[in-house]
Amino acid sequence: MVLIQIFLVFTIIAALIAVEAPSPLSSIISLGAVGFGLSIAFLWLGAPDIAITQVVVEIITLVILIRATIGKGVTEVRGNESKPLLIGSLILFGLGSAFFANYLSAFPEFGKTAMDVPMDVFSETPSQYYLKFGLEKVGGANVVNDILLDFRAYDTLGEATVLFTAVLGAITLLNKEVFFGKGGEK
Amino acid sequence: MLTYLLAFILFAVGLYSVINKRNLIKIIMGIIIMEHAVNAFLILIGYRLSGEAPILEEGMAISEFVNTAMDPLPQALVITSIVISLGVVALMVAIAVRLYQHYGTFDITEIRKLRG
Amino acid sequence: MTGMSPIVKTVTRWVSPFILAFGIYIALTGHLTPGGGFPGGVIVAGCFILITLAYGKERVEGIFDLKSASVTDSLASLSFLCMGLLGYVFGGGFLNNFIQSGFPGKAFELLSGGNMPIINIAIGFKVGGSLFVVFAYLALFRAIEEE
Repeated sequence: MVLIQIFLVFTIIAALIAVEAPSPLSSIISLGAVGFGLSIAFLWLGAPDIAITQVVVEIITLVILIRATIGKGVTEVRGNESKPLLIGSLILFGLGSAFFANYLSAFPEFGKTAMDVPMDVFSETPSQYYLKFGLEKVGGANVVNDILLDFRAYDTLGEATVLFTAVLGAITLLNKEVFFGKGGEK
Repeated sequence: MLTYLLAFILFAVGLYSVINKRNLIKIIMGIIIMEHAVNAFLILIGYRLSGEAPILEEGMAISEFVNTAMDPLPQALVITSIVISLGVVALMVAIAVRLYQHYGTFDITEIRKLRG
Repeated sequence: MTGMSPIVKTVTRWVSPFILAFGIYIALTGHLTPGGGFPGGVIVAGCFILITLAYGKERVEGIFDLKSASVTDSLASLSFLCMGLLGYVFGGGFLNNFIQSGFPGKAFELLSGGNMPIINIAIGFKVGGSLFVVFAYLALFRAIEEE
């Protein structure tokens, strides 16, 4: 438990460096430190699927960001936004913290899941049902993948649609130059 | 509770970067940090003290497995969210690159001034 | 964009088949061990991205062009949808696991889980194809800008 907190503090420090570092290369590399630190935290939290995905996705995110930004005259943008915006964001942050503190008690305390809290209406949570009948009804030993591909396959289909749309948007934005050269129309 | 608070602080760092920075790349990085924080928070909710990963092995009793495994539902939600975030990052980078090509800078105040 | 030094090219030539095999393994055994279609597809895309970075776009364009990658992406999405419709026809509900209810496999073996391995492979192709297409477009865009 202390170990997880240490990793989270590490990610917070790395995120602060990533936000405040002046050179784009060092800030992108610090962003990578955030992702890898979180991936180790996921491993300690008992989620190996997510740790694998996080590592690989982080690598490709870094490659895309570096390819897109390095050598672009390089983005020496200093200074912050205007002062009223900072004050407004501070007020927003205070409101958000108040809401968070208010609803924090509704979550199960750390180290317990929603499965451990007794409920008054239903006899078991969805997670308990999935854990109990995953092997019997779907046949996969990995319960996360059982949920992903059978119990909640609609979510996965929607995810495929969202990924398709995002990629289509990126390609449409970049398309003209790739096919017709720098001038555009032809 | 302290652990949930740390995830919230990570979210706040990302929010600060999105609201307060002028560099377009820093804004994209803030959004990525916010996504990380939300994923970490969802996984923290599903954590069970001295539990195991929700993966069955041969010879494991199901009744015991239900009482020791982590919550698999947040994990299944987060695994899709991570891959979607990669697609969204590609889309945002494409927009930023096109803006750079048009205006010659990543500074959003300059982009705002040179409208039209 | 002419590629990197001979050291990088040689290491890439030795390493990339193993990365590809690891990605396929992760995608295939997603129903038994940690992994699945999502990380497997991203690893496969990462292998192709590594080859693109090391060899430059001229060499790569001859081997796997953008059109076949986007066709792979679309075909994989369609096959996922087809599995859902087949479940509607045979199992009585959209995305129903009709293979598991019809011919249940032995648990903890590769051929178990009904249509889970098939959908995993489809998702792997889909994620890998689309991510590689996006990266290739970004790289080509940059190469054109530099001219």
